[in-house]
Amino acid sequence: MYIAKIYVTYKPSILDPKGESIKSALHRLNYETVTDVTMGKYFELKLEADAATVESTVQAICDQLLVNVNMETYRYEIEALEVQ
Amino acid sequence: MRFAVIVFPGSNCDEDMYYAVTDQLGETAELVSYTATTLAGFDGVLIPGGFSYGDYLRCGAIARFSPIMPAIIEFANNGGLVLGVCNGFQILTEAGLLPGALRENKTLNFICKDAPLKIENTQTAFTSAYGQNTEIRLPIAHGEGNYYCDEATLAQLKANHQIVFTYQDNPNGSVADIAGITNEAGNVLGMMPHPERAVEWLLGNTDGLPLFESMAAKVRQ
Repeated sequence: MYIAKIYVTYKPSILDPKGESIKSALHRLNYETVTDVTMGKYFELKLEADAATVESTVQAICDQLLVNVNMETYRYEIEALEVQ
Repeated sequence: MRFAVIVFPGSNCDEDMYYAVTDQLGETAELVSYTATTLAGFDGVLIPGGFSYGDYLRCGAIARFSPIMPAIIEFANNGGLVLGVCNGFQILTEAGLLPGALRENKTLNFICKDAPLKIENTQTAFTSAYGQNTEIRLPIAHGEGNYYCDEATLAQLKANHQIVFTYQDNPNGSVADIAGITNEAGNVLGMMPHPERAVEWLLGNTDGLPLFESMAAKVRQ
């Protein structure tokens, strides 16, 4: 059993209107030191997979459904879970 | 002409679309569930607006994998006319039938108003009935209509005359003011404005009707 933690954000070239909006709110709260805010999505997937295929499966899941590769980018961490 | 109006869980412009092509255009249509697996016997496919699957994950991302989609992709690949409006446009980009993607509006507002549009190409299967009239108004109603594509894709869209509608006063931040595009073959159109909401004088606007007339004329050719 594995757990995949997947982080999805807009590509850097794409304006992130939610991030911009949060940044201006932080500035209104006097956190002037904040120069950039990126807002993204976080997924946790538990997979019954073997060590040889778990990474390629996670990549395929991201490319096919979780991520729109036209405008988003992603990174992931995969950890083995102790079987209960 | 017989239209299929696809109904996903969360579609909410399906009845308007059906009404536009039956009562106003005078053609026949059928509401087709997302669980269907064939489009045999139809001459055109209409993918309506709404919030399919609650817009969960991304607009159109989950609808793209519903049971009807292989039939829609096959219909499009065989040259059949496919129109996606609003959420329908988002589904067509997610399915790869149209290039690019729709992002959140630049201003984060849900925008609901009439938008003046320019018809950039009146030679398409969807715009031939507009003739020389290249300025129209159609209602828009979306939170995620901000069209994005990279520069290489934009150059291709321009070179192939695939940009069909542009905003005269860009409301949402779309690249190159894009409101609607076709695929390279010209048989698939995606657009954020709602032509089905502008088909009778009782509602003050008929600028959407020639779009459906163009489709019917193309099928009868």
